[in-house]
Amino acid sequence: MDWVQIGSAIFLGAMLIFIFPRMRHAVKNAPKGSNKDWLNYLMIMVVVGLFIMLLIQMV
Amino acid sequence: MNPNYSVATHSSSSTLATNKLIRNTYTLLSMTLLFSAGTAAVGVMMNLSQGMALGATIAAIAMLWFVLPRTANSAMGIPVIFGITGLLGLGLGPVLNYYLAVNPSIVMTALGGTGAIFLGLSAYALTTRKDFSFMAGFLMVGLIVVIGASLLNIFLSIPALSLAVSAAVIMIMSGFILFQTSSMVNGGETNYIMATASLFLSIINMFQALLHILGAFNNND
Repeated sequence: MDWVQIGSAIFLGAMLIFIFPRMRHAVKNAPKGSNKDWLNYLMIMVVVGLFIMLLIQMV
Repeated sequence: MNPNYSVATHSSSSTLATNKLIRNTYTLLSMTLLFSAGTAAVGVMMNLSQGMALGATIAAIAMLWFVLPRTANSAMGIPVIFGITGLLGLGLGPVLNYYLAVNPSIVMTALGGTGAIFLGLSAYALTTRKDFSFMAGFLMVGLIVVIGASLLNIFLSIPALSLAVSAAVIMIMSGFILFQTSSMVNGGETNYIMATASLFLSIINMFQALLHILGAFNNND
């Protein structure tokens, strides 16, 4: 393991520590979505996924 | 004063403020993207080492966490956002060098793909004006999981996990683009510098993840 990997690990660890309280705040305070909202998001992600598969075919 | 007239005036000024926020955000985003493309080109030409790229990325994230929130409401916010995006662009140097050596079309496809996804998602959020604020908790949990998995994979070096993380990053960043754009439309975000920083991070993370996926499925290696 070289020092770039050690630096990356420390950096990612610091990001986890920094983001964790924000995540807890967001989970507690964000409004709840309905099934329709989540289905809508899922449909968008399916379209994004299909587009990426198209890009993979292109390279 | 006629109450209906007052409501109409308030609604119209709110729409004007939203339109101004969106226009300023996309103008600044375009400028920062061009600037970071320039610094990325410098990183490629200088053949920047991985250590230097990591240093530039850490400096950019430190500025994002500790400097930008204090300067975003002042004129100093503009040079700070250019500093952050410039350093993030510079940090892409070694990754771009690697993929340009393997197959340059991967970089162009990832660039075009990222642009198309961003424009499509932004257009969807802007035209439908749907509220995606319900996704905040889900996106933050997703981000924590992805960072945790990336950290774990530094020690495990499992290629399949690395690909799964990249796929998850694209999905999460797509969610962040929807969330941030709807936040601008629905009044959750009022500062165009913070909105630009958030959208820029989503775009650059998506670009890197897409590069990784396209590189892994490249037929020419």
